[in-house]
Amino acid sequence: MDHSVEITLTVNGAKVNRRIPARLHLVDFLRDELGLTGSHVGCEHGVCGACTLRVDGRIVRGCLMLAAQADGKRVDTIEGLSDSGELAELQAAFHVRNALQCGFCTPGMLMAAHDLVMNQPHATREQIRAHLSGNYCRCTGYHAIIDAVETVLSAHRTGGTQA
Amino acid sequence: MNTRVAPPGIAPGNKAESGYIGQSVARPNAKRLLQGRGVFVDDLRLPRLAHVAFFRSPHAHARIRKLEFAKARGMPGVIAVVEGRALAEYCTPWVAVLGHLKGIKSPPQNALAIGRACWAGEAVAAVVAESRAQAEDALECIEAEWEPLPAVVAMEDALAGRPVIHPEFEDNICFKREFDTGDVDAAFARADVVVEETFDFGRHTGVTLEGRSLLADYNAAEHTLTVYHSTQAPHMMQDIFSRHLAIPEANVRVIAKDVGGSYGIKVHVYPDEMATAALSVMLRRPVKFVADRLESFLTDIHAREHKATIRLACNRDGEILAFDLDDLTAIGPYSVYPRTSGIEGNQVVNLTGGPYKHKHYRARLNVVFTNKNVTCQYRAVGHPIAVAITEGIVDLAAEKIGMDPAEFRRRNLIPDDAYPYTSASGMKFEQLSHQQVLDKLLKLMDYDKLRAEQAELRKKGVYRGIGLAAMIEVTNPSPAFYGVGGARISSQDGAAIRLEPTGMVTCMVSVTEQGQGTEAIFAQIAATALGVTMDRVRIVTGDTGVTPYGGGTWASRGAGIGGEAVLQASKVLRSNILDVAAVILKTSGEMLDVRDNDIVDARTGEVKLSLAELGRIAYFRPDTLPLDFQSELMVTRHYTPRSYGFAFTNGFQASLVEVDTDTGFVKLLKHWCVEDCGTIINPQLVDEQIRGGIVQGIGGALFEECVYSAEGQMLNANMADYLVPMADEMPDIIVGHVVTPTKSSELGAKGAGEAGTAGAPGAVMNAINDALRPLHARVTVQPATPERVLKALGKV
Repeated sequence: MDHSVEITLTVNGAKVNRRIPARLHLVDFLRDELGLTGSHVGCEHGVCGACTLRVDGRIVRGCLMLAAQADGKRVDTIEGLSDSGELAELQAAFHVRNALQCGFCTPGMLMAAHDLVMNQPHATREQIRAHLSGNYCRCTGYHAIIDAVETVLSAHRTGGTQA
Repeated sequence: MNTRVAPPGIAPGNKAESGYIGQSVARPNAKRLLQGRGVFVDDLRLPRLAHVAFFRSPHAHARIRKLEFAKARGMPGVIAVVEGRALAEYCTPWVAVLGHLKGIKSPPQNALAIGRACWAGEAVAAVVAESRAQAEDALECIEAEWEPLPAVVAMEDALAGRPVIHPEFEDNICFKREFDTGDVDAAFARADVVVEETFDFGRHTGVTLEGRSLLADYNAAEHTLTVYHSTQAPHMMQDIFSRHLAIPEANVRVIAKDVGGSYGIKVHVYPDEMATAALSVMLRRPVKFVADRLESFLTDIHAREHKATIRLACNRDGEILAFDLDDLTAIGPYSVYPRTSGIEGNQVVNLTGGPYKHKHYRARLNVVFTNKNVTCQYRAVGHPIAVAITEGIVDLAAEKIGMDPAEFRRRNLIPDDAYPYTSASGMKFEQLSHQQVLDKLLKLMDYDKLRAEQAELRKKGVYRGIGLAAMIEVTNPSPAFYGVGGARISSQDGAAIRLEPTGMVTCMVSVTEQGQGTEAIFAQIAATALGVTMDRVRIVTGDTGVTPYGGGTWASRGAGIGGEAVLQASKVLRSNILDVAAVILKTSGEMLDVRDNDIVDARTGEVKLSLAELGRIAYFRPDTLPLDFQSELMVTRHYTPRSYGFAFTNGFQASLVEVDTDTGFVKLLKHWCVEDCGTIINPQLVDEQIRGGIVQGIGGALFEECVYSAEGQMLNANMADYLVPMADEMPDIIVGHVVTPTKSSELGAKGAGEAGTAGAPGAVMNAINDALRPLHARVTVQPATPERVLKALGKV
């Protein structure tokens, strides 16, 4: 447990350098070292999806990746993607449709939904359900979340809004 | 006379006389959650913050022979390692009984078990360290010697006293109840048809995505304790921390910031949470505990675990004469403080047969201790059991006499014109709408068409099933629920509302928010009653140091009770505002009104004064007002429902499923719910409560089960093995309403938070059995896993 490593990575566009315990998970690093508490810890065994983050453009589970593995990589969190406006459309759709209740799963859910919006613009309702099936939501029953994502996808398809 | 202009954000023509009431306004407080800027307990950091991890019993039942801490104490970062006796100096034990549950018993429970552990997962020691990781490292170094004791795992063994768990008692019966209207045997004797079935319900649990958590911050200089707590009931916890830690209540402040799911899980007293607060006092520094997922499965309250045998007597023409129920339920080794673990079984007795007009009813209930984790009130408490067994046996009776299940129900529902009505079990109903609801549901789902489609598909070997479930639901509980039993749990709630000098409005309410949208609906009510736009209203909840006293969030009470308090406070504030305006404008209050943030002429709507200007004068230039006038721009009002024990709601659910008879898999195709929660303040929020509740109910019906070994070990205490509903498996859910406001309050709102969970398991089970009917198979065990479906089909 005394093993420590030095890492340098880019978090939400800013360069970060830290010496950290080798065993530290990426999500704990973000939360405890950087104070980025928007990524939530729900199970710590890779099932619930609350800690979903983006590393080099791909979504990962922050509890299944060590901070040391993020050395040299680009990490984007809910805070960064909110400030950049990248998630604004989904956030607005979630808000209007009440696609969140307690909000604990929401940052991870938005990360997974955004990944779908970027990579499967023609997803059907069933495909949306399948894509979000790695993210627990215990409050909504999912229906509203699926509606909100579907609204964004369909707005894109009709050219109503841009990503 | 309606000269109101639609406020920003609301479509023109959308705002009627009722203002924001009845509008699907988006929740103002959801924005921070959408940006990851909510504040959950684990997000908080304080100076000198320490972290606690618990050493838990690996045995279901064992004497603690020895705990050796020397090595653990030498580990890096360790501040203290504490066992039960040392902690008991700081925290007194509790006994969870209620006066009105006659005969209920439970042994004293300590924050850390002393001498003996009674379930696998019970905390027996605590390690406090500078980080959670260090605390967990030190846990590994605790050496324990155990003397395993016989573990009582099966309910039947518990009932038979094989063996008795607690030496101070003669048996394992925590609580028993018998109810009898009389003449039940005679009703069964004269019935044309008698049906009987035994239903088994597995244990499941809430799986709040945010684990239970608290940060206790004891200030030795002031002898004050501030607890940041993920809780539904801050005032209840203030009282409990005060009494068990011997700190004056006024010195205890409980703050609930964002709460990451609760569903009844976070309304109970947990030993590890009490230990955390006691450790903060002992160590004179802030201590944080966040239950990790494995701890959650072993120690968050479980629920259900019933074995219920029910009989129904009816005539050939479909008239139900009587129900006869025998329910056995197991609650773990302790009744849970302070609500007790007797309530769920008690509710099953109260609610079984609830929608129907039969006159004869008999029930026996046994609530027994076992060496598993404790069970207590979880969303819809008792309702899922009562609805599933009632609706399951009703379906069987309909089948036996060859009547369509919808028609059979229609003939037996308490008619809409029969109210007020007292049920066979003694429940008093002000006004329900079963018949209207059933009609609406059948239309909404196109019942006849679905039946025709089902028949067609059966010819092709496709087994679809349609399941119905009628339900009643306890909401807006009066003091009859807990207060009369001696529990210091408030059934009243309060709202304190203030006009700020800027014309803004701040409203502090004792009901809490866990994402249901409580704060949004309070803002809707306050804005409507005051005549201001919603963006002027800020709602504050979840802080005993700030809000009026109240019960918090449970038993579907937030809108009906808290909402009425907000309405009454707002109405008085509006009147007080008009008094100030009348003095400023040198006219009478009746000539004026508040509309869209301005004081206007009541007849012409002409703007006379803005609320911001009124605020400026009232707060900063009262010297310009008459000497004998004092403005009162803050008003507090409370509300307690008293005219009925509960404001019962009613509803019907329907489920459409397809069963794969080769694999036993059940595919949910669609789900419907029509319910009546009285006045609807925010339709979208109500619908989403219903949908979320239904999916939790479906979880119990199809997936969720805390599986225990014969030795009392929970075998699937992790998220990979304990299955909950995921997006892919869930159907779209259609929700409809009938609106019958309660006359016991001006607002007329009843609760909606639990109705979905109450009815879904019964509807889904009936749908599966409807699908299996041509194969003469029935599933009577929940969850209805593929294996159980195949067993019912005789295939495994």
